[in-house]
Amino acid sequence: MSDKRQGTNSGQRASRRDFLKAGIGLGGAVAAGKAFAAEADPAITEVQDWNRYLGAGTDATPYGMPSEHEAEVVRRNVRWLTASTESSVNFTPLHALDGIITPNGLCFERHHAGVAEVDPAQHRLMINGLVERPLVFTVDDLKRFPRENRIYFLECAANSGMEWRGAQLNGCQFTHGMVHCVQYTGVPLKRILDEAGLKTSAKWIMPEGADAAGMNRSVPLEKALDDCLVAFKMNGEALRPEQGYPLRLVVPGWEGNMWVKWLRRIEVGDMPWHTREETSKYTDLMDDGRSRRFTWVMDAKSVITSPSPQAPMIHKGHNVLTGVAWSGRGMIQKVDITLDGGKNWQPARIDGLSLPRALHRFYYEFTWNGEPLLMQSRAVDSSGYVQPTKDELRAVRGLNSIYHNNGIQTWHVTNSGEVENVEIS
Amino acid sequence: MSRFPRTFFALAGCLVAGIAAAEPLGIGRAALPEEVAAWDIDVRPDGQGLPAGSGTVADGEAIFAERCAACHGDFAEGLDRWPELAGGQDSLNSVNPVKTVGSYWPYGSTVFDYIKRAMPFGDAQSLSDDEVYALTAFLYHMNDLVDADFVLSNENFTSIALPNAGGFIDDPRPDTETLVSTEPCMSDCKSSVEITKRAAVLDVTPSDEENPSASID
Repeated sequence: MSDKRQGTNSGQRASRRDFLKAGIGLGGAVAAGKAFAAEADPAITEVQDWNRYLGAGTDATPYGMPSEHEAEVVRRNVRWLTASTESSVNFTPLHALDGIITPNGLCFERHHAGVAEVDPAQHRLMINGLVERPLVFTVDDLKRFPRENRIYFLECAANSGMEWRGAQLNGCQFTHGMVHCVQYTGVPLKRILDEAGLKTSAKWIMPEGADAAGMNRSVPLEKALDDCLVAFKMNGEALRPEQGYPLRLVVPGWEGNMWVKWLRRIEVGDMPWHTREETSKYTDLMDDGRSRRFTWVMDAKSVITSPSPQAPMIHKGHNVLTGVAWSGRGMIQKVDITLDGGKNWQPARIDGLSLPRALHRFYYEFTWNGEPLLMQSRAVDSSGYVQPTKDELRAVRGLNSIYHNNGIQTWHVTNSGEVENVEIS
Repeated sequence: MSRFPRTFFALAGCLVAGIAAAEPLGIGRAALPEEVAAWDIDVRPDGQGLPAGSGTVADGEAIFAERCAACHGDFAEGLDRWPELAGGQDSLNSVNPVKTVGSYWPYGSTVFDYIKRAMPFGDAQSLSDDEVYALTAFLYHMNDLVDADFVLSNENFTSIALPNAGGFIDDPRPDTETLVSTEPCMSDCKSSVEITKRAAVLDVTPSDEENPSASID
């Protein structure tokens, strides 16, 4: 699908710099208040092609695609980050999205050995280890269990990791795009483990993927029994291959690496496995050379998605600022906005569903007079946790931590309307 | 055993599990022992899961040269952006920490488990157990943990401790003040604001037509 989209938009796609220049041009031409038209608008006075000729019939696109005018809204990668695309990441275009649900085709991808192309008829889920009855399920078997629908964000522990030492990438797609939020349909993991019968010595599980990385992580049993799901649908349709088709583990509020894709086995044990991804990776190196491990929860975080470097300010006068906030510890209680670099804050308006461990959408309407702005958002979650500044995080964790960067993001709006990624005192 | 302790143990079991187990619905089928054996390849720090076998540093060096060195380098030093697996000792508290098997990884079982399930990159699970032992022994040697004539096996595996085994602490978060102790400031929170860092200076944001001008570790 993504290939198809890229095929249709090649040649139309402007570079980021062209885009910024366009933004600057528009910024230079903005007028305050209501504009007066010197001439009648041909968009009104002339009959447009689509207003005159027949459009495509039904079935022209059996699987519907976005308008070709939205061809810029795609996942993008940062090539210098990784050695190969098979063990790499791309980023959700947050700057172009609204609401709390991420469209399936725009959910960021992170693979450790490429996308496993699994034949669901040949896929099995095995439960073994400290259980009374080691079991094997087909995908169809799992659909005979009672199922649930839950909306959750998924954030990679490395989201904003490139920003740990300082502002580096100009675009919230790149600074914050390792997050998405969809509705999962699946079976509570507890229900499946109960089918196998947990032994009283059981304390941990090890979900494992069917991909060429054989992805495996240790998850404490308490979490597994609390709210984990074995999901087979996202936003109503089958999981996308890049999101783990036909089965993935859902570990609400915890770092994305634990949401094992192409889930084929769950071993039950009495101690953690200390796998590669929970020792050499996804551990938080502190200044003294020690590292934090098992840092599972994703703390409260927010970002203004528009305006942002890829979505510059175009109009003086009334404007809508929007963004997303989320917390692995529960719901977002409130989001505050500053336009003056943190001197003064105003509460934003959260609109739409407010669900635990899901994205929240916020808005802040304001009037822009063309003066430079220093924009930030600050989230507070239902546990009372306040999103910290990046310097507050660095004061505790030092400069080498990389993972779990939930610090406050600053966007500098110049008087031309261009937006750049900065840090402030 | 009296009636009371038995009831107590049953309750304790329920508490560990959080809530009572659901009745089985009779879905799925029993996993056969040979099916479990085929997939149950994971290895833990206490040695659980280690298969019978052994490998020498010398054999590991030959296998590494053929199967691994194209990405990791002849001496496990890492080529381009592929991971370095040796060196980095005493670097973890520096401005340029190097995380290798010798400097960072806490357990040798992680090395064995990961090589067996995921390496070589693009040809996973193609190595025999003896080859995985040999490669693990070679990586130990490249990190100055064992001599060149060392033979690693399931018998002596847990006797080798990695240097950074004690370098990990459990999650102490939250790191910063919470609302419980501090209401976030809403007005006149600071007198002046200066821009201290700009992404534009680095110029590493990707665009479609050009390669980035700089690569940052």
